Order: sequence, then structure tokens, then C-alpha cells
Amino acid sequence: MKGFFAVFLREMLIIRKRLFKMILSFSVSPLLYMVAFGLGLGRGLEVENVQYMVFLVPGLVAMSSMGQSFAISSEINISRFYWKIFEEFQAAPVSNLAIALGETLSGMVRGVMAASVIIVLAIVFGVRIHLSLYFWMSVLANTFIFSALAVNTSMLVRSHADQAMLSNFVITPMAFLCGTFFSLQSLPDWAYFVVQALPLTHTSGIIRAAALGNAMPWNHFFIALGFGIVFFVSSVLMVKRVEA
Amino acid sequence: MIKIEKLYKHYKKNAALQGLDLHIHRGSFFGLLGPNGAGKTTTVKILTTLVRPDSGRAVINGFDVVKEPTSAKMQIGVVQQSINLDMELTAKENLFIHGLLYRMPYKAIKKAGEEMLSFVDLDSSADMPVKTFSGGMKRKLMIARALMHKPEVVFLDEPTAGLDAKTRRKLWIILRKINQNGATILLTTHYIEEAESLCSEVGIVDFGKLIALDTPKNLIQSAGHIVVDEMTEKEIKSHFFSSRKEASLFVERLKGSALVREANLEDVFLKLTGRRVSP
Repeated sequence: MKGFFAVFLREMLIIRKRLFKMILSFSVSPLLYMVAFGLGLGRGLEVENVQYMVFLVPGLVAMSSMGQSFAISSEINISRFYWKIFEEFQAAPVSNLAIALGETLSGMVRGVMAASVIIVLAIVFGVRIHLSLYFWMSVLANTFIFSALAVNTSMLVRSHADQAMLSNFVITPMAFLCGTFFSLQSLPDWAYFVVQALPLTHTSGIIRAAALGNAMPWNHFFIALGFGIVFFVSSVLMVKRVEA
Repeated sequence: MIKIEKLYKHYKKNAALQGLDLHIHRGSFFGLLGPNGAGKTTTVKILTTLVRPDSGRAVINGFDVVKEPTSAKMQIGVVQQSINLDMELTAKENLFIHGLLYRMPYKAIKKAGEEMLSFVDLDSSADMPVKTFSGGMKRKLMIARALMHKPEVVFLDEPTAGLDAKTRRKLWIILRKINQNGATILLTTHYIEEAESLCSEVGIVDFGKLIALDTPKNLIQSAGHIVVDEMTEKEIKSHFFSSRKEASLFVERLKGSALVREANLEDVFLKLTGRRVSP
């Protein structure tokens, strides 16, 4: 347990040192989306029987918490390729499970921070959402999936540049296609079918349902959890596979 | 203390180790010498469980590094060639994380951290971020970190690389103290005078094999006490002699200029391999 805590604590100490800058950077994109799409493009528009801004905020929570959880991959890569701190973890009597768990939880913390920033921004814009237990469970499921995925990809890539490329191919399309900005009902059948294969579709669905106080779509919750478990198990194996 | 038997390691088509055999006794200060690509760092990486060998066996204090990596890791402290400290964290925080990684109790981490920072003379910089440290301070902190959990074996992979001569000599004093306190040390270095000054035993590796093993004094004696560097138009050619008299007779017969000096480990390496250790 101490090994896991060491990995986690290191990331938390770094977050503490960068807290102000991180919160500021977490706010920029959501703020722009809220102004451009919420107040500009979507003013007076209703989607799925709610004002567009109310529809948008849970989508932004899903998108931003995904992005920031996945960003732990950059931190891992910097520690692998640049600072070589990852070597220190590997040389220590710490299990691969502890390393994967420590990094995954660190990514989740970043994701929850990003979600919290959006909730504060939403309050400023006068949008009220249900911050229920289900909402936070959904946010945690989302951050778990993408930080576990981040540990996988950071073990897979051979340079920091590869990681940026992976983000462009995997994360960016998901951010725009998985029901964050628009209702999936408006997609053609084939596209609707394709996006069901992407984890963010399920997590944005459960986050929105919980945020709007609707019935929890448990099938999506368990599919999301399944994605998370698969990614986490594979992240442990990927850490094992990496040689310094 | 450290047993290496027929160790092989390839990186794609390049052979890094080709059947390395080595036995390092408890309490010794062992120097592993060799040019770039000789297999020194690969040996250290295998012993520190960072790299798996293709075949062969490496045992530290009775623990096989492949079969019992966790137990082997508990025996060792490592100072890697590259500086792998957390630059954003303070010296104290770096040591605290290390203590947790090595399963130390919280009180012991705090105590050992203070002791180690004092040992390497960094106690006044304990709460400063590492990014503000000089190269020498960073190296000292890496040494302090490697000693936190009181390892029986300390691996030092080029610990003074890139430091000025004065800082390097200050670090030597620390390294000697570590050995005097009972730790077995394996040092890899490019600096010949470092190995001569610190090591009780030296192994020379080339092309992934051990080609010589003895005390620095014996190795130098085996090569010849006195060296004559003959300066020709194209190169400096070294000749080895067992006495200064023999060397003088040789010099008298030479047409060009020559330098007569005492032999060192660099000469031993040169004689054994035809190449110099220093890059």
C-alpha cells in the first residue's frame, strides 16, 4: 500500500505546487464553450427538453474530466522520457499494480478537479445541476476509464510526441462525437451505432442523466465500469511490460 | 554479495553483454570500467532489475534479481547516471517519496531523511525545490536518496559525470564514507583517477565481457609500472616497461620526442583493448 501511496502522493505534491495554474488552465476551454455555444449559438435553444446551456454543462463536465484524467499520460511520459523519475519507481520494491493504481488515482483527481471547475463556472452562469451521489459516481467512472487508458497509452508510446498524436486520434474525436455538445438522437443510425463503441458516449450519458435529475441509465453505467476495469487491468500489464 | 554468472543481453542485433561473469565481495568498493557501450550501464540496469537479461543469473545478497526482484530491490540503493529527481519537489519531499517507495515507517523516513541530508551536507537546503540546486547538490541528493533505506549494496552509475573536479572530489569523500559504513559499492565510471582513488577492486569490461579483474595496483603492475608515450606524426604510441631504467634505454633509441610517466588504469585498459576508456 505504501508503494501505491508514494506514487499517488508524488503526483498530489506536484498538483499542490501547480494548483493555481492548473485551475486557471482547466477553466479556459469550458469558459469559451459556455460563452460561444451556451450564450451565443445556443441561446433560446432547447435540446432534450432543457435549455441548451443546461444540456451543455454536463457534456462539458464529461469532456473536461475525460481530458484532464487522460492528461496524466503527459505527466507519466515526462517522468519516463524527460526526468526519468519513472525509473525510480521501477527500481523500487513496488508492484506494477501499485504503480498503475497510484497513477490512475492521480489522473482521477485531476479529472474531478476539472469537473469541479466546470460546476463553479456553471453556477456563475446561473446553471443549476443536480450534484447527487449518482452524478459524482458517474464523474468518477468517467475519470477512472480515461486515467486508466492514459496509463496504458503512456506505457505504449516511445516518445512524448507519440502521446500527443494518440490524443489527437483518440481523445479529440471522442470529445466532439460522444454527446457532449449535441443530442445523440440527432445522429444518423450508422453514426449512433459507431459512437456506442466509445466509452465517453456512455459516461456523458450517465453524467447528463444524473446532472439533470433523470433516472440513472444503469446499463450505460455498467458498460462504463466495464471499460474502466478492462483498461485498468491492461494498464497493470502494460507497466509490467515496460523496460527502462 | 553480488554474483553474476554468464549474463547475456541483446538490444535488437546489438550485444550489450556476452556472458559476463563477476563476483563482488561484501564490503568492497568495486569499480566497473569500460568505454561507452562496453556493457557497464546494462549490467547495472540488470542488477537493479530495470532490465531483464536474455540469459544467465545475477544474485544480490542471496536474491536472484529475476526470480526475487522485490527482495533484491530491498538490498540495493541506486544512483542512476541521469539525474532522476523530482525537480518541482523539495529535497525533503524527494526523500519522503523514496522512503515510502521502500516501505519505511513514517517516523523512520523523517529521521533517515534528516540524517542523510546532513550526511551529504544539504540540511540547509532541505526545503528548497530541487530545480534550484546546482549539479553537485543534485548528485549529493541522489546519493542521500539511495542511502535512505540503508541498503547493503549501492550502485553508482557514473555518479560524478559532468561535475567539475572540485565537486567530484567532495563527492569522493562521501562515497568513501558510505563504503566505510559497511555498504558494498559498485561504481561505474569514465574517470580513471576516480576508480584508482576509490576502488579496492576493479573489473574492466569490453564488448560485454570481463577482460580483467584485480586491485588497481595489481592491474597497473601487470601492465608495467612505467609508460613511454612515443609521439609520432600520426599518433601517440604507448610502450610499457617494468622499470624506469628499461624505459630510459628505450627512449634513448627513439628518434622523435617521448614522455616517460608512471602507468595508470587508463594504460591498463589501453594495453588490454587497444582503446582508451575516456570518450
